[in-house]
Amino acid sequence: MSYQPIKFYQTGTFTVGNRLLPPEQRSVQAQVKRYNSINSGHRACQGCGEALGARYAIDAAMEATNGRVICANATGCLEVFSTPYPETSWQVPWLHSLFGNTAAVATGIAAALKVKMHKGERRHIRVVAQGGDGGTTDIGFGCLSGMFERNDDVLYICYDNNGYMNTGVQRSSATPPAARTTTTPAAGPEPGNPFGQGKFVPAIAMAHEIPYVATATVADLRDLEAKVRRAMEFHGARYLHILVPCPLGWGTQPNETIKMARLAKETGLFPVFEAEYGEQKSALAIRHPLPVEEYLKPQKRFAHLFAPKLRTEAIARLQALADRNIRKYKLLEGM
Amino acid sequence: MLKQCEGSRAVAEAVALCRPEVVCAYPISPQTHIVEALGEMVKAGTLSPCEFINVESEFAAMSVAIGASAAGARSYTATASQGLLFMAEAVFNASGLGLPIVMTVANRAIGAPINIWNDHSDALAMRDAGWIQLFAENNQEALDLHIQAFRLGEELSLPVMVCMDGFILTHAYERVDMPTQEQVDAYLPKYEPRQVLDPAEPVSIGAMVGPEAFMEVRYLAHAKQMEALKLIPAYAAEFCSIFGRDSGGLTHTYRCEDAETIVVAMGSVLGTIKDVVDEMRAQGHKIGALGITLFRPFPLEGVRAGLAGAKRVVVIEKSMAVGLGGILSTNVRMALSGLHMHGYTVIAGLGGRAITKKSLTELFLKAEKDTLEHVTFLDLDWAMVNKQLEREKAHRRCGPVAENLLRDIGVVAARNY
Repeated sequence: MSYQPIKFYQTGTFTVGNRLLPPEQRSVQAQVKRYNSINSGHRACQGCGEALGARYAIDAAMEATNGRVICANATGCLEVFSTPYPETSWQVPWLHSLFGNTAAVATGIAAALKVKMHKGERRHIRVVAQGGDGGTTDIGFGCLSGMFERNDDVLYICYDNNGYMNTGVQRSSATPPAARTTTTPAAGPEPGNPFGQGKFVPAIAMAHEIPYVATATVADLRDLEAKVRRAMEFHGARYLHILVPCPLGWGTQPNETIKMARLAKETGLFPVFEAEYGEQKSALAIRHPLPVEEYLKPQKRFAHLFAPKLRTEAIARLQALADRNIRKYKLLEGM
Repeated sequence: MLKQCEGSRAVAEAVALCRPEVVCAYPISPQTHIVEALGEMVKAGTLSPCEFINVESEFAAMSVAIGASAAGARSYTATASQGLLFMAEAVFNASGLGLPIVMTVANRAIGAPINIWNDHSDALAMRDAGWIQLFAENNQEALDLHIQAFRLGEELSLPVMVCMDGFILTHAYERVDMPTQEQVDAYLPKYEPRQVLDPAEPVSIGAMVGPEAFMEVRYLAHAKQMEALKLIPAYAAEFCSIFGRDSGGLTHTYRCEDAETIVVAMGSVLGTIKDVVDEMRAQGHKIGALGITLFRPFPLEGVRAGLAGAKRVVVIEKSMAVGLGGILSTNVRMALSGLHMHGYTVIAGLGGRAITKKSLTELFLKAEKDTLEHVTFLDLDWAMVNKQLEREKAHRRCGPVAENLLRDIGVVAARNY
């Protein structure tokens, strides 16, 4: 397996400085011999949260399984930027079929591996399916639910950047209320994505009572890696939902990606927790509670909430959503 | 071993003899009995090791087959009608990825109006999906074609659709000669994928391809299909040497020697057509039949050679291209270009409408006199059609066509127009 020396790593108030830790406690990404599952040179935008999320998650899955992972991928940014023919960034066996069928394709891979192992033709290999929020919460949702219901031995990872960023920033069912996209423009008396019932797939995954469901962000690398590791301890259907900010779609600077992910978690707008067999087991505590404005203000997709006039009512409704998350997922206690 | 059994059972047992490793199932009539039988075999352990996956849709069924095939497993599923259309995106994808999945299509009409009975609209809607498409005339052939389909698909790394008429074949009890496991094992080697998902040798499958190579990729898909035209007769001959019967191939002729009129068809209707040919031959008519087993790739040369001596060709087809006429006949006419013979398209048996010997005889007699329209709808009730056409002229909002027609013939009560 090829590897490359680490070029940089994050530092900042909330990160755990890897250098200060003993080697065995360092993150997968801090190891010189990390798997580099999706290597550099791909064509993601600067500051792409999904590129980070995929690298973190698949490297961690590789480490947890001694490199025995097969990946299925939905159509979307991740697929497009990583495999422009004839090049590929994937150092793992990887299959892209369609936009809406990744969970079912992964089921097929897992079924084939089961038979092959039974016949003694293959060693134990694990399957990871991955898609963006469009491929997961919308078009691929039927296949995903089928995979959950059958409890197929697949870890499904959703990289949630809150919209269809690959096609030019349109609304998905994971786009937050009030956010501006090209199909929910900042126009009219109630600009942006309408407030609705919401569609939070981790909760729907929990309702399937699958072995393991977790959420994570690219801001908490060690938490993300620990969740991938934990997910690989289970067999059956597992679901990991990772918030991956998109500088293009969110209207932020490339160097703000990690900060945005952290603010989503610290404001409570994106609850970070884990659940087993339908019941919540833990939450990543909010360390410095912040009002939602802190998260909304730097993003151009929410600019219409602050100018030309301050939309206090919309902001209050978003604050109410965050407060409900904090209560529901016990984000202040950390469980 | 001779056996009296349902067509679906015969196909399921033939598939089981091919040792599939992953079978996906979603129920749709008239396909259900096939996957039911396979499910029973997997559950009872007589088909092992094999994973039987109950999926939530046909789209998922084809997707599971794609994943399983790419991971190196021999994969099978079956569907029909709306199910085939629902999985259409994945059907194209399977051939694009070069995965030798075998799928039975228990041919059925497509709605609306919803109709569960037989015609070929479903499989022919997928004619450009890049799959090899075989059409069975009877249950023995359906059984045999499945065994050949795995061999062919895996050799070419292309998916193969075996089409059999819904209900007419799937639910009919016929005597079939069931091969032994030894025979099938002698004919069908182990699946060796061209490229397999394996951590020991990671590959990326399904990359994005831009304008610089997409045309070439599509051309190669075409070239690969054309290889099937050579392989299929060879495999059919080999099949004959092991199993002792002629089955499959590209086309087959029936009493075409000196025939002035040749009837072309696919599927179970050929049985009725052959009976009519026999009766008419007995009365001195120079008529024969050409059955098409391989629809994709279309055996242009074989069809052309088979029809070359005729004066006229009547294509009986159980599907139609709305706005054009026939689908099969369009293909046949391409084979006939430059031959200067009369060509007739006959749309028959849509949605399970019976195709009777009487109607066919009348039709062929008319054809012999060259008094047929170029496109004929066999046994179409013109009174019913005209009544609806008049109604639509008179009332802009005359309601749904199907319900109007049913009311006209007294099947349902409805508002008056």
